[in-house]
Order: sequence, then C-alpha cells, then structure tokens
Amino acid sequence: MTTFVNLTLGGLSSGAVYAALGLSLVIIYRATRVVNFAQPALALISSYLAYSVTKGTGSYWLGFVAAIVAGTLLGVVVERLIIRPLRHAGELSAIIATLGLLLLLQAVAGMIWSNEPHAFAYAFDFRGRFSPSDLFAVLAVVVAATGVLLLFKFTPLGLRLRATAFNPEVAKLVGVRVGAMLTVGWGLAAGVGSLAGLLATPPFIFPTVLDEVFVYALTAAVLGGLDNPLGTIVGGLVLGIGLSYVSGLLGAELVPLAALAILVAVLAVRPSGLFGRATARRV
Amino acid sequence: MTTKLPPLVLHLLAALGCLVLLVLLTLVTDPFTNLRIATVGYYLIAVAGLALLTGFNGQVSLGHGAFMFIGAYTVALLVKRVPAFPIWADLLLAVLAGGLAGLLAGAAAARLHGPYLAGATLALAVGLPAVTQRFPDLFAGSNGLSFTVNSQPAGLVGVVPPTRWQSWIVWLSVLLALVVLANLARGRLGRTLRAVRDDEVAASLAGVHVGRTKILAFLVSSACGGLAGGLQAFLLGTAAPGSFTPALSLSLLAALVLGGLGSLWGALWGAIALVYFQVWTDDFAELLSLRSDIADNLPLALYGVVLIVTVLAFPAGIQGGVRKLWVRVRRPAPSQRGES
Amino acid sequence: MRSRRSVTAIALACALVLAACGGAGETPAAGGGDKGEPAPGVTDTSVLIGSHQPLTGPAAPGYSKISVGAKAVYSYLNDNGGINGRKIDYKVEDDGYNPTKTVEVVKKLVLQDKVFAIVGGLGTPTHSKVVEYLNSEGVPDLLVSSGALMWDNAAKNPKTFGYQLDYTREGKIQGQYIKEKFAGKKVGLLVQGDDVGTDTQKGLDQFIKDQIVSRQTYDPANTDVTPQLSALQAAGAEVVVCECIPAFTALTILTSLKIGYKAQLVVSSIGADPATLAGLVEQFAKQGGAQVSGAALLTGIIGTRYLPSARSLDDPWTAFFKQIHDKYIPDEAFTDTLVYGMVQAYTFGQALKAAGKDLTRQKLVDAMSSGELKGPGLTPFAFSKDSHAGYTGALVFQIAADGNVTTLQEAKTTDRETGPVSDYKAAQLKPEDVKLVG
Repeated sequence: MTTFVNLTLGGLSSGAVYAALGLSLVIIYRATRVVNFAQPALALISSYLAYSVTKGTGSYWLGFVAAIVAGTLLGVVVERLIIRPLRHAGELSAIIATLGLLLLLQAVAGMIWSNEPHAFAYAFDFRGRFSPSDLFAVLAVVVAATGVLLLFKFTPLGLRLRATAFNPEVAKLVGVRVGAMLTVGWGLAAGVGSLAGLLATPPFIFPTVLDEVFVYALTAAVLGGLDNPLGTIVGGLVLGIGLSYVSGLLGAELVPLAALAILVAVLAVRPSGLFGRATARRV
Repeated sequence: MTTKLPPLVLHLLAALGCLVLLVLLTLVTDPFTNLRIATVGYYLIAVAGLALLTGFNGQVSLGHGAFMFIGAYTVALLVKRVPAFPIWADLLLAVLAGGLAGLLAGAAAARLHGPYLAGATLALAVGLPAVTQRFPDLFAGSNGLSFTVNSQPAGLVGVVPPTRWQSWIVWLSVLLALVVLANLARGRLGRTLRAVRDDEVAASLAGVHVGRTKILAFLVSSACGGLAGGLQAFLLGTAAPGSFTPALSLSLLAALVLGGLGSLWGALWGAIALVYFQVWTDDFAELLSLRSDIADNLPLALYGVVLIVTVLAFPAGIQGGVRKLWVRVRRPAPSQRGES
Repeated sequence: MRSRRSVTAIALACALVLAACGGAGETPAAGGGDKGEPAPGVTDTSVLIGSHQPLTGPAAPGYSKISVGAKAVYSYLNDNGGINGRKIDYKVEDDGYNPTKTVEVVKKLVLQDKVFAIVGGLGTPTHSKVVEYLNSEGVPDLLVSSGALMWDNAAKNPKTFGYQLDYTREGKIQGQYIKEKFAGKKVGLLVQGDDVGTDTQKGLDQFIKDQIVSRQTYDPANTDVTPQLSALQAAGAEVVVCECIPAFTALTILTSLKIGYKAQLVVSSIGADPATLAGLVEQFAKQGGAQVSGAALLTGIIGTRYLPSARSLDDPWTAFFKQIHDKYIPDEAFTDTLVYGMVQAYTFGQALKAAGKDLTRQKLVDAMSSGELKGPGLTPFAFSKDSHAGYTGALVFQIAADGNVTTLQEAKTTDRETGPVSDYKAAQLKPEDVKLVG
C-alpha cells in the first residue's frame, strides 16, 4: 500500500511537469496551429540562464524570475523571426523550422555551458516523499494553468486570443490585431514552458535534459486533446501517474513502451484525444 | 524521348542506367567513398518512402526510424539465427516485416490528423526500441547485435573490395525499390494519394476509399523503411537500439524537406545532404581549431541553421532550385535570347 | 501472359545468381590478414591515431571530457619532442554513442584518414560493433574505454586490448570486501541494465550471493530512480552496491536523501569520482538547509579505483598529470574522468615508445602484449600473449569528511573467472621511472 501511495505521489509531481510543458504546447497550437518542437530548447535556455543567474547572485528566485522573463522574450522573438513568415507554409514547414531551432539552441547551450552536467537547484527542500519542492511544482503548475484558463476565459486579451485562434480572418475584421495576438500567445506559451523547464530540470542540467520530458509532454497534450488546455493537464497527470506505476511495478525499461501503448489505446477510441473536439474539416 | 514506352519499362531502363553509372562511380572512388555512396543509397530509400507518405499523401510521420529499426533487426536476427538464408532473402523479409508493421501502424493512424499523427508516430519512435530491453536474450539488450554478412559470391572474394560489392548490392536493391515507388507514384495510386492529401471529402465523393489509401501509403512507405534498415544492417553489420533514436526519424523528415517535398528526386538530394552535410560541418569545425565545447557542438548548430534557412528562404528545397536551373538551361532567359 | 512468364524467368535467374553467394550468416573461406605494407598513418615525424567518443548527445554528459584529458597529454608529449621523434596526431570523431555512427566514423578513420591505430574507443554498445572490422583490417585497437569482458579475447581478436578493470573483476573485489567488512548485513544492488550490471553480478555473486536481498536495474535514459531505491529500502538493504555512472551515483545519493533512506553506499570505479560527484551534489547540500553540510552527502561513500585519484595530490602521478592539466587545459575541472583519459594517453605513449623507431602495427601489438607496460595504474595490466584484459585489480577507498580519499584496503588483484582475490605487493612506479620525453 505504501508503495502504491509513493508511486502515486512520485507520478503526480512528474505528471505536473508534463502537464505544464504540454500546456505550453497547447497554447501555441491553439494560437498558430504549430506544434512547437523548439519548446524544450526554449525552456532549456531559460533554465541555463536561471543556473547562471543563481550561481552569480546566490538567489534561486532571481534566477527563477530571469528565466521566466527571458523565456517569454525568447518566445516572442521566435514568433516574429521564424513562425510569422511561415504562417501560410503548412504544418511540415513549421515542424522542420522548430526542429532546426531545437538543434541550434541545444548546440548553443552546449557551446556556452558545455555538454557536461551541472547541478541545478530545486526551489525548496527536496527531501521527503512528497517534499516541499514537489508541492511547489504541483502548486506552480496549478496556478499557472488556472491563470492561463482565466486569462482565456475572462479577460479582453483572452477573448482576442481566442478569436484569433478560432478564426484569424474574422478576428481581423472585428478589429483584433491578429499579429500582435500571435506574438502574445507565443510569449505566454514560452513563459509557461520556461516554468515547466525550471521544474523539470533538477537535479542536473545538460543540453538534452528536457528531451524525454518533451516527448511525454507532447504525449500528454495529444492524450488530452491539443485544443484543450484542461484536457492536457489531465492528460499530463494521468500519464505521469501511469508511467510511475509501470516503472515501479513492472520495470523502468518499459516506460517508453507503456507511453506508446497508452497513447495508441486512447487514440484508437478518440482520435482527437480524451477531451479534444472532433476536428471539423478545415476547408 | 517521345517514343511511347510504358512507364515501367522506362523506369527500369533509367534504373539500369543509374546502376551502370553508380558501378562506374564506385570503380573510380576509394573504398571509404564507396561506403558513403552506399550510405546515401539506404537513406535515399528511407526518405523516398517518407516522400510517398508525407509528400504525396500528407501524413506527417515522426517515427519512420521505427521501421528502419524493424528492418535492421530482421536482417540481424536472420543472419544470426538462420545463417543459411542468402542476403537477398533476408532483405526481402526485412521489406515484408517493415510493410507489415506499416500496415498495423497505418491502420491505427488512418483516423488521426496532423499533430495527433505526429505525436503518435514520435511515441512509436521512442517506444519501439525499448522492446530490446524487455527481451534481452533475443535482442541483446542495449548493446544490440553485431554480425558480419557474407554476401559476396566465392568467385568475387578478393577481386572486388568488400565495400564496393556492398555498395552495388545496396544500390541494386534501392533502384529496384525506386522503380516500384516511381511506378506507384506515377500511376493511379499516386493520383489517389494526392487527391486524399488535397481534400479527403472530395476524394471520397469521387469514389476513393480514404482510409484504405492512407493505410496503403503507410504500408508502402514502411516497407521502404524496412528495406533501408535492412540495408543499413547489411552494410554496417550492426543493429542496436542506440541507432534508432527519435533523432533518426526526425533527420529523415528533415532530409525530405531539405531535398524538396514534391518528387522522388528531392529524396535523393535529401539523402546526399544527410550524409555529406555532416561530413562537411565536421571537417569545418575541425579546421577552425576551436575550444572543444564549441567545436563539438558546431555541426549541430549549423544543421539547425540550415533547416531554418531552408524552410524560410527555399521552401521548395534543393529540388526546387534544381528545377529552376533546369528550366533556365532548357529555355534561355529572354534577355540572353535577345543578345544572340 | 508472355510478359508474366518472362518476369518469372528473370526472377528465377536473379535468384539463382544471388543464391550462389551462400547464406548471409555463413562464414566464407578465410582470406586477408597482415599485408606487410608500410604502416599507415606513420611518417618519420608523426603518427596518426584515432578514437570515437560521445562528444554530443545523451551520453556526452560524463564522457565528453575523457578525450580532452588525453589530448592534453599528447600535447605535452609532442611539445617535448614526441615519441621516437614522432609527434602524435590524435583525431577524435564524435559518434554520439550511436553504434551506426561508430561504424561509420571508425571506417572513416581507417579507410580515409588511414590512422595507425584506434585508441580508447568508448562504450560497449558502440565499440563492440567495430572490433571484428578492426581485427580483420589488422588495425591495432588499444585500450578500449569500457569494462566489458569481450575485449579480452586474444585468440579471436588479436589486435584488441582492454584498458579498464573489467566489471567482473571489480565485482569480485567489491564482493570480497563486503563479505569481510559487512558480514551478515543485507545487501541491495542498483546496476545499469546492460553488461555493466550482468558482468558485475557475476563477480559479486561469487562472494555475497546469499547476502543480496534485492537487485534493481536502472535505464540511463530514465533519471527517476525513486522506484528502485524505494524497493531497496523496502527490502531492508543496509549496504547498497551502485554499479552506476557518476550522474546515477549522484542521483542515488540525492534520491536516498529524498526518501529518507540511509545505507552504506559502495560504488564501482566508473561512478565513484569524488570530484565529479562533489560538483554534482554540493549545490543540493547548500539547499537542503543547515542540516546537511556540503561534504556530508559524500562522506563515507566507499569506492573502488585502479587509477591515481585526482583528489590525492601527494600521489606523484596525480601531481604529474596536474602539471600537464595546469599548462594545457587549466579551464577544465581536474577530475578522475580527466585522469582516466590522461593515463590512457600516457599508456599509449609507453606502448608506442616500446614499439621502437621502426614502427609497424605488429610491433605496436607486440609491445602491448609484451607484459612490459607498467605505469600510472595502481595494479598491473593483464596484457600478455594470451590475455588482453586491462587492469587486473583495484584498491578500496572511502571519501572522507574533508572531501579527500582515504584507503580502506590496499590494492588487490584477481582474474575474471573464479580465482582468488589476492594482495598486490609490488611498489608503484613513479613518473621518473617511466619517463617518455624530456
């Protein structure tokens, strides 16, 4: 029984991280219909900045803030420089461009901080089955996700973001600055992605540290439905806890296979994810 | 070229011509270049298969390396467990195994759209190699299998260098597969594939069975992947999970876009770029004698930049450039005509 | 109809031709061998050697600095006139720990760059794919960076030589020590899920099979070891033997702290580098608050090693390598990983010198198997005509509260089978005893 509780708690904190990174993918997908493969690299660069700032100032929280701010800015820059010119270019172009950006940023990180691992701090004491740090991770994700949902639902900015996502042409007609909204969407998503990175990176940071997390985050987003932020969060938590059981009860080497099995099982029944809208045909 | 030959004959003749050219090329190059030529060959058939699926049919697969994994392990296990089988039988079975896996994957994927398909295929690329960890006795776990493939007829041992012989086998297989692909692409299937890509509803109104077409595309493309993996195993004598990471699948897709999506020619340029770009950037990084942290990562950084620039500035890829050049050569620009 | 028949005929003809090749898994009649040509890669003033290392990708963290250490030693040797008047040109290819790429880059080194030898190729899954090729081409394949048993097969692979203490020998030495010092205690294993794990257990089981209460494996791609350590804790293991790479030793330490599990940690040489571990865990000590001090996380950890420690500067070899470090790569952290590469390079220098001025590949291989190579290591190599195993034993050490290392048990040697673990008495040679240059 204790094993069961322990595995659930362990899965909850890793699931929260999948959910957060998945959420950042969903925000971008809703806004620009792009799956952002560079998301782990954007989060990586923010985490490395946090590492350097924390090392220089001795304050975890300065590093934390610097990472979120820098991550957001990075998202804005990427949207303006790379994604905007590709808005009519189709799904594959965006995948390849963001993939290129992933390789570039990981290489740059390796050049600056080397490919060797460095210690990367937790926010709070990490000791305990469900430590203050784990609690913080779950709370931070809940707060960020709620914030994003409220923003979408109840603010004028959120309304404009949704309008842009729903139909850019109509949004433009009613006076929404569509371009600006896309940039805001990317910034917002990259900020949430940076948060996920900060939570996922510890204890060690190296250029490929977030690759595995990204794969599971994308799996979570697909599980939950790429259109649906709430679905993605549920998807992330389900996946995190499920994989924790597999790892603890059946063996760690089965985790990637289990992720595949879960995904195939869900998509076989619901091709647009657990909570995704059945895609209307886009003409 | 206006004689009316059926496409199959035309394609076979072209393949024969290519094979002769390639044999000549391997005769004038050193053993290592022969190996690289063979490497281009197996990447070519992998990317060409992906071109059919993604380029012609619009299904974006991020997991094509998984089918190479299946092909490679098929050949590896056959060489080790059934040593009496000749290599062509092993390769044929690798094609079948890849195709069968593609049939299953295609059936599961036919209802999936865009990013859902991308996510599922990426999970396939990550998940499938983990099978080797689960059955270490059969697949030799994370170390993988290593073996030597005996393919040279007794009379040729010592006459033709091994890498040259291997490159001939690889290209013979690749060209045969390309003939099949080119025929499919030019025929009815090619038109159906494009029709489904462009508009599923219209295609189904016109009597096309959309689901079946998508599965068929997956099957053909995965069979090519299986062949590519089988040829890789044949050429390098190894099958190990560390070779079939998601990075492989993603680089196949990148090669497809670099080369140009619309035609099988693009697959050729993509495969050449995949092999030679790495070589050039490695040499370049070495030339600069930089600090190790920078030199080690420079090739990756350059690769990333090239992908971004290609998509932004040359969306038609290398084949787009080649086509433009070709048009200009065949029909001189008006200004030049005026001068003459 | 006619066309179908001709297609069948063509297919049959092809099948017949191809069938003449014989089975793909069968061994053709032998050929080749030593060709007696002038040695590739060797000129009067230089010798070109190559290596494959994971410089990028998932395995780079932890391994990418080995070749940096080796390069520094080669620079030192070259700046002092080289070996037998030849400067060593060391070409490192990045294989990203991908076996396919390993085969490609090794064939490039051999066929295109025409290296004289491959030195220190890294990794079991990677290097195992090129051993047969290198031996069939007659290329010396020296000092493989892995503790797998397969490098030691002089009859089948006469050109391949190991370097590291193999995992079975190390397991025996660990097992013997635990049986003696922790008699009756419950032992748990955490091992990497590949030959590191299986080979080590062959050694451990000879001594403490009945003491082991739980065996857990980890996968290098999955950094969450909480389930495994929870299982060890539940089984009541008082001693945990960790056959892990440094990052996973560090993860074991931190995860134990996280789940409140206190056991005596015994770490194998591949993951027991105090300098690397300190770099990884000290940050967390600061963070854990006042209760945990920096060094406390590492204090008491027991490890095995067969090379001079980067932490014991009174060892003349460590002092010697530190000088080279300070001159050529002062920005790199001076760790056991760096020393590993430096000893490897120095050992190759010794073999090259012993091979003589009139250099051939066979002479280099003869120099390796002469049994004359002695140097920085704490125990001897097994190298002889019959054995191509690397180091044959190790000492047992403990990390002290000040971060330095204290020796718990002097060096012992053993074999890879069931032979005894016995004391190794001979005095260690000093750098001036086996001077290569200057």
